[in-house]
Amino acid sequence: MPKLRSRSRSRSSTLASGAGYWWYLVPGFVLVMAIIVVPLGQNIYYSFTFYRGIRPPEWVGLQNWQHLMHDDKFWQSFENSIAMIIAMVVVPTLVGLLIASVLFDLVGKKFGGKVASFLRATYYIPQIIPVVVAAIVVGWIARPQDGALNEMLGAVGLDGAQRNWLGDPTWALPTIMAVLIWVQLGYPVVVFMAALQRVDPELYEAAELDGANWWNRFRAITLAVIRPEIFVVTLTCTIAALKVFAPVYALTRGGPGTSTIVPSYYSYSEFFQSQQVGYGATISTALTVVIILVATVFLIAQRRVERQEEQR
Amino acid sequence: MTAVQTRPQTTEIDIRPPASRPRRTVFDWLLLAGAVLGALIVLFPLILLLLNSFKTPDDYNNGGPLQLPSHLSFHGLTTFWNRVDFPLKLWNSIFISGMVAVLGVLVSLFNAYGLGIGRVRGRLPLLLVFLLANMLPQEALLYPLYNLFKSVGLYDTQWSVIIIFTVIQSAFGTYLLSSVYSSFPRELLEAAAIDGAGRWRTLWRVVVPVSWQTLSVLLIFFFIWTWNEFLIPVTFLISNDKQTVPLAVASLQGDRLMDVTTTSASALLGLIPTLIFFLIFQRTLTRGVTAGAVK
Repeated sequence: MPKLRSRSRSRSSTLASGAGYWWYLVPGFVLVMAIIVVPLGQNIYYSFTFYRGIRPPEWVGLQNWQHLMHDDKFWQSFENSIAMIIAMVVVPTLVGLLIASVLFDLVGKKFGGKVASFLRATYYIPQIIPVVVAAIVVGWIARPQDGALNEMLGAVGLDGAQRNWLGDPTWALPTIMAVLIWVQLGYPVVVFMAALQRVDPELYEAAELDGANWWNRFRAITLAVIRPEIFVVTLTCTIAALKVFAPVYALTRGGPGTSTIVPSYYSYSEFFQSQQVGYGATISTALTVVIILVATVFLIAQRRVERQEEQR
Repeated sequence: MTAVQTRPQTTEIDIRPPASRPRRTVFDWLLLAGAVLGALIVLFPLILLLLNSFKTPDDYNNGGPLQLPSHLSFHGLTTFWNRVDFPLKLWNSIFISGMVAVLGVLVSLFNAYGLGIGRVRGRLPLLLVFLLANMLPQEALLYPLYNLFKSVGLYDTQWSVIIIFTVIQSAFGTYLLSSVYSSFPRELLEAAAIDGAGRWRTLWRVVVPVSWQTLSVLLIFFFIWTWNEFLIPVTFLISNDKQTVPLAVASLQGDRLMDVTTTSASALLGLIPTLIFFLIFQRTLTRGVTAGAVK
């Protein structure tokens, strides 16, 4: 035992003594301070000021924050964020889980791995398209007069269903949600298919012998094994959903009215269109706080579930 | 691209063919048909785009969106190509994304060498800063960065975008690589130390070659994420001749020049580069993460 300890000490003096490694952190540290930490601090400071971008910011205390609490447009933007979460987290995770298990359990095993990975690649394609281009593709299909969607509805006699999809306050948000579902679906499919490889087929066979049906096996075995991936997917996609910007910018600019406003577009328009930098900074700071809260709650929940699992 | 950034999970899939092929029931065929139908629905917008980008507006209006073009027309493609000077936009995107990929991996490598292998003091708060940098909405940095780059004279230059994304991407890279390097085989480091290699040589002769798989995956993901970015480029690249491909496609929407087939052609040109990139690197993307022993 003493021998081992002395060896590990000499090892740490040659290899792991921190001081000499500090030099490697200098460039990254300077960059992250200049581009992330200091600007974030400045943005928080702006949220307590009246600042229109030209004259220096004037301290106004909590005025912007008080305004924010009573700003219907701000609350509407977060309501729309919930729609984005449905489109980017809830639907893709549930449908992705279904598709991944069909592709892995059935297509991969009975029709061959090539077929399964080809289909997986197809589901993944919209993921690699720039989001703004994906939005424009859907926007092009939903064009008001001669768009493909309206033309097809007309062709099957559903003239009454034709509309200006993005110009209609009730349909603009669902159209943007369609963009996000289309783009996002491939991500959980790929991640869950990789995770399903960890499921031990023998467990499945044993459960089958015990008379468990497909649903019971799926719940008790599959979901339990791939739970870490479900956590990762829902966390990263929820954060992404709260940050949605490009489709709103490219398709509706938050309109018609405020029907598709989202927090990130709202703060952008306050910065560069209304020139209300102080208020824009308040919105973006509020969004930052929400994202950090969501991430913290997720990580605590995950830790708690893991601990329960260990105790069992 | 903002929103839908995906992080590389273990994308490796290895579906081994079963030893003996089980019997296929009618139900199996139905489920397969469902999976194929789903894939076709996902592809459908792209098929529509492909069909209609080679039509004239008249051809589109006469035959509708589902008809094959009555004759091949490059009207839309050439109009968009010339109007935005597409080769220039392509070069801008390649330059910005390429620089970010290389610089971002370099910064991640140095950071992770210090944090994961060097295990310097105070690495936990540092890792937390990098994690935070990775989660922040870019709007929370936008105006201060706008002021910063204006004051140093880099506003409306590609370097502003390159610097910002080098930091944002390397925040993720640092986080990922540090966890990989924290389980780096100590024997290899010891062997290098016994051979008299210093830290700098150990980094390039031992650490980089051993973790090359992970580094190349980061390189590819940084490239494609930066290519797809929108908010920061649209804020910082004002001049037409500095813009990237996604900006070029978005900037012409609503222009009176953009008839129905030119719009379709613009979207097609906007997604072809990433599609080619995906086809070339699909194997690397799917093989890399697990092969690099990333957890």
